[in-house]
Amino acid sequence: MQREARLIQGNQAIAEGAIYAGARFYAGYPITPSSEIAEECSRIMPGVGGMYIQMEDEIASIAAVVGASLAGAKAFTATSGPGFSLMQENLGLAVMGEVPCVVINVQRSGPSTGLATKPAQSDVMQVRWGRHGDQSIIALSPSSVKECFTLTVQAFNLAERFRVPVILAADEIVAHMRESFTAPAPGELEVVDRKKPACPPGQYKPFEAGEDGVAPLAAYGSRYVFHVSSSMHGPDGYSNNSPANAAWRVAQLHRKIETHRDEIVMTRSYYTGDGCDVLLVAFGAVTRAARAAALEARKRGVKAGVLQLITLWPFPDLEVAVLGENARTVVVPEMNYAGQVAGEVRKALGPGKDIRRVNKFNGQIITPKDILEAVM
Amino acid sequence: MSHATGVKYLKDGVLPHMWCPGCGAGTVLGAMLRAFEELDFKNEETVVVTGIGCWGKADDYLVTNALHTTHGRALAFATGIKAFNPRLNVVVLMGDGDSVTIGGNHFIHAARRNIDLTAIVVNNMNYGMTGGQVSGTTPAGKITSTTVYGNPEREFDICALADAAGANYVARGTACHGWELQNSIKEALTKKGFSLVEAISPCPTHFGRNNNLKPALEMIRWLKEKAVPVEQYDPLAHPKEEGYFPFGRLVDRNAPDFNTRYEEIRARAARS
Ligand SMILES: Cc1ncc(C[n+]2csc(CCOP(=O)(O)OP(=O)(O)O)c2C)c(N)n1
Repeated sequence: MQREARLIQGNQAIAEGAIYAGARFYAGYPITPSSEIAEECSRIMPGVGGMYIQMEDEIASIAAVVGASLAGAKAFTATSGPGFSLMQENLGLAVMGEVPCVVINVQRSGPSTGLATKPAQSDVMQVRWGRHGDQSIIALSPSSVKECFTLTVQAFNLAERFRVPVILAADEIVAHMRESFTAPAPGELEVVDRKKPACPPGQYKPFEAGEDGVAPLAAYGSRYVFHVSSSMHGPDGYSNNSPANAAWRVAQLHRKIETHRDEIVMTRSYYTGDGCDVLLVAFGAVTRAARAAALEARKRGVKAGVLQLITLWPFPDLEVAVLGENARTVVVPEMNYAGQVAGEVRKALGPGKDIRRVNKFNGQIITPKDILEAVM
Repeated sequence: MSHATGVKYLKDGVLPHMWCPGCGAGTVLGAMLRAFEELDFKNEETVVVTGIGCWGKADDYLVTNALHTTHGRALAFATGIKAFNPRLNVVVLMGDGDSVTIGGNHFIHAARRNIDLTAIVVNNMNYGMTGGQVSGTTPAGKITSTTVYGNPEREFDICALADAAGANYVARGTACHGWELQNSIKEALTKKGFSLVEAISPCPTHFGRNNNLKPALEMIRWLKEKAVPVEQYDPLAHPKEEGYFPFGRLVDRNAPDFNTRYEEIRARAARS
């Protein structure tokens, strides 16, 4: 990876971030606006001892990613709307089997094929709830080319740390935008590897979590022999249909995320140091418009600030509550119809709060002007 | 020399198995485990990947590595395992629903890719697990719980499909020819590239009951009569329309497998 400043696309930064994080396996199926990630990986992976494999569809892509991860790889895939929908069932297996992996979902306008080349932020709820059954995952959202790189590294770190699929919910704007970017030197960003078992091989139980709620994960082909299952299973990975076991399992999948919430939830605030009367809660590319709108509002005498949600799930409810409490008005601009994030903000701040939604769902980006109209 | 039993791959205390009396799954599992033993497969180096269905529950009985996946997708999971670690023996157990109905796309592409996996398909000509509904391999006209007036669709020939899609090795066996089946599985396991063994199996509980082959023995008799060793098979003497089919080794090729090809790609990438 070159160390000088380059003008590169978000999608390229995602591919490079994955390599930096140690990813050596990519399985995918091309779809706009994510295809450049596949192309980059097909070029880079074989040269670094990794593998690029183009599968027959997205169902197979996430399946191959899960398989490779269990064979010891840091593995990922990238897709968009239709492909992300196809991945849901097997993503559920990754949740159930606690298989670390990363899925890049470059959000585009829907429903269905929709506006295939245009941006949206309308998968926020699908990212969280797209799979059937009780399950818990982590999702991050980048707002710049640099964050495309750094949050991809973070996504792998969190996946490895918590044995959970992590979704990078990007959008077409950050994915295709070009910005000047200098790749961090090796060692500059932390890179986390999954915890490996240390017990004698005969005693290894792949779902027996230690103190921190996350069980070590061996690799197929190591000294440790183990079972992973999409069906309800006990600590040893073998089928177990008892109610007590099912209750323990489902709770454990949630608790490992809940109890480490503070390690996972990342936000950044802008122009909030002196308190703010108007708080803009934004994520992804729209964060940029929100920052411009806040600066303009301040010029016009309104104390406005921005809270960027870097982690989308688990939702940063406490962070929203802390900053939102003292604000007169909270504005949530997002590229979807229903206000998917605004609803979560409402939950965090309660029914009495003046929360204004700015929604655009026509394939166009939300502008600072759109937001200012709600602020002023 | 003592004969392989395969028992060392069975988990303690799991027998008797859950399959119905007369079902062929247990016979196929036995044949597979004896083949494992004859080839000296190590648990550490072996991953059994299963789909969802009666046969897909086989991993419950095994002490090798295992991954129990989703319905129809076992081959895609297995592809990721083998592609990343080519040293592993990866064996994929699927029903006919799993392999060529819901999972048909993965089946043809695994064969085309010629990835070094061994697929062992138990073809009981219906969906056993869910109550005997029609499958992509249910013969035309047959009765199932969702084709009560007869199946209006034609069936897939799983072996022909694998052949056409590019598999290196294809064999058909039946659950009533255990020894031959074991040998086919052994050949498939030693073959580099994609290999398929189809094991035709009675499902007396559903398919047999619905098609006047109710006692388990009836289905076994039927299989014994209709299955003809491929060396003796003559399409004129054994018309397909009367249910005859050849069994044994049907395809044996040596095209380079996916991982070998990918090594060439890596070498090219290193030079560029
Ligand atoms: C996506 C999905 N669809 C449907 C099912 C329900 N289902 C479970 S097993 C099965 C069919 C099994 O038939 P087959 O693959 O032939 O295996 P058998 O039980 O006969 O061994 C079906 C339809 C499922 N588990 N997942």
